[in-house]
Amino acid sequence: MDQLLQHLVNAVILGGTYALLGIGLTLIFGIMRVVNFTHGELYAFGAYTVYLISAALGLDFFLGLIVAIVAGGLLGALIEITLLRPMRGADIDTVMLVMIGGWIVMQNTELLVWGGVAKAIVTPFPEAPLVIGPVSISWLRVFVLVVALLLIAGSYVLIHRTKLGKAMRATFQDTDTAALMGVNIRGVYTATFALGSGLAAAAGALLGPVFLVTPTMGDLASLKAFAIVILGGLGNITGATVGGFILALVEEIGAGYISSGYRDAMGFLIIIAVLLFKPTGLFARAERVG
Amino acid sequence: MKRALPAFWLIVVLTVPFWLPDQYILHILIITGIFIIAAMSLNLLLGYTGQLSLGHVAFFGIGAYASALTTLGFDVELFAGFRVVHEPWPAVVGFFVGTIVAGMSGYVIGRLSFKVRGAYFVIVTISFAEVTRLVALNWVELTQGPLALTNIPPYTIGFPGLGDYTLWNKTAYYYLVLAVGLAAYIVISRLVGSRIGRAMIALKENETLASSVGIDVTHYLVLAAVISAAVAGSAGSLYAHYVKIIDPDIFLFVYTVMMVIMVITGGKGTLAGPIVGGIIFGFLPVILRPIAAPAVQWILYGALMIVIVFVLPQGIVPAVERWMANWTQFGRKAAGIMLASNSKPGDGP
Repeated sequence: MDQLLQHLVNAVILGGTYALLGIGLTLIFGIMRVVNFTHGELYAFGAYTVYLISAALGLDFFLGLIVAIVAGGLLGALIEITLLRPMRGADIDTVMLVMIGGWIVMQNTELLVWGGVAKAIVTPFPEAPLVIGPVSISWLRVFVLVVALLLIAGSYVLIHRTKLGKAMRATFQDTDTAALMGVNIRGVYTATFALGSGLAAAAGALLGPVFLVTPTMGDLASLKAFAIVILGGLGNITGATVGGFILALVEEIGAGYISSGYRDAMGFLIIIAVLLFKPTGLFARAERVG
Repeated sequence: MKRALPAFWLIVVLTVPFWLPDQYILHILIITGIFIIAAMSLNLLLGYTGQLSLGHVAFFGIGAYASALTTLGFDVELFAGFRVVHEPWPAVVGFFVGTIVAGMSGYVIGRLSFKVRGAYFVIVTISFAEVTRLVALNWVELTQGPLALTNIPPYTIGFPGLGDYTLWNKTAYYYLVLAVGLAAYIVISRLVGSRIGRAMIALKENETLASSVGIDVTHYLVLAAVISAAVAGSAGSLYAHYVKIIDPDIFLFVYTVMMVIMVITGGKGTLAGPIVGGIIFGFLPVILRPIAAPAVQWILYGALMIVIVFVLPQGIVPAVERWMANWTQFGRKAAGIMLASNSKPGDGP
């Protein structure tokens, strides 16, 4: 029972960052109809940026976190402007090929710059964990959860309460009509991709110190993000949030009680199960974002 | 000239071991040939049905593992006390088992994922490849996990009246790869030239229209997936018995990416495309190796993939064909002008 409780707590902490990954990817897919294979590389980029600032340069860890999120957003905007903007109107498969090319370039650039050896990020949090009854959590993980929840809440506010969010939702529903109503579609696309990329970088920056930073860390992150998005329904933000927590829960329980070797297979089993029983995702609604 | 061209190329590839006795080049040709077979199978799905299978390496790896395990034998406890023991079989049987098992997994994946298409299909196939890699890594009793399956024996082919022949040397293996490649080429070209192929192309172009004229969409997609997976599995078997050692890294995503790059560079939806792309990307690493680290090479390949999609979205083969057509047309026109200028007005009979 105590063990189960510990697994549940771990799942909630992991789920927060998974939700960030999922929200970013589902926004990009829902609004732009782009299957973003560079998503995991932006996750890795976030982790490496924190490593660069806090470990390599010896600056503040929290500064590294903020720089990682902003730089991730800027890199996302750059990718959108250089690779995706010229491809607008191309079919989804062609764009997918471009994104796969981008993924390979980014991953191997990381390998070239940082080498293949895993890096550890040291954080200013105390070593001694927070102990509540039978459950112990490191302070770092508490911090990770709090930041992830704040970013999720921030995304909701952005999408539901701001003008940009309204433009994004309008574009999602009907791009042509939104354009006729004066929505700057180009700007919305760039903002969407930057936001999604920033969220992915944030997830990487948060999980980088919890685990290790490696050039291939983005691969699994991409695949997990896909699993979350399929679980929640493509383009559904609430679905992605809940999906992130469900995936983390299934992984934790699966690793704890079935086999730790198959931990990363859980996401794919979820994909297959969802496609078998409910191909539209668990939270499918008629075409709407938010 | 156009008719003579295929015969010319056939003679060239058939005589390679005679005028190119370099063992290293022959090795590159064999590996390239195996990947060309895999790329041809990917092209059947990507080029003709329009479905991007990004887990194609799974079928390749399943073929390799199934073939190797059939040949090496195994002793596995499935659940408490229930053991499955398999005595080693000849390697040639392994080839067919590998092909069939890969084809069956293609059927399962096709059935599962063609309920949904496009992005979903891509994601399911990637996930499937990742699951197979994790199984190969974790089911140590069957696959030896990261320790790899070693000492995979070469094929022994029995010729009636001539006795058995074991393919130890590279020249013999080159011809085997060539024969399998030719067989795969014939199967795929017959298929896409048939009614089935036209149905596949129809549903790539306009699925709604295709289904409204009575084409059973899922049936044809699953059929394409089965054949594609089986061909990839046979390539995997060739690979396993050639390199003689396979580990879970055979399921890595980079191999799928290699196949995809070969197909789109050469020209998806053309029969020659995967061959042209395969030769380019089979030899490019050999040329680049002395001057570029693997990471740099991959950056180049990724960038090249983006450039190809931007500049030559149809690939090299259709571009060359168009260029050839223009050229011959221009030639004829030029010849016509010459004729016209030679015949002066009033020269008539």
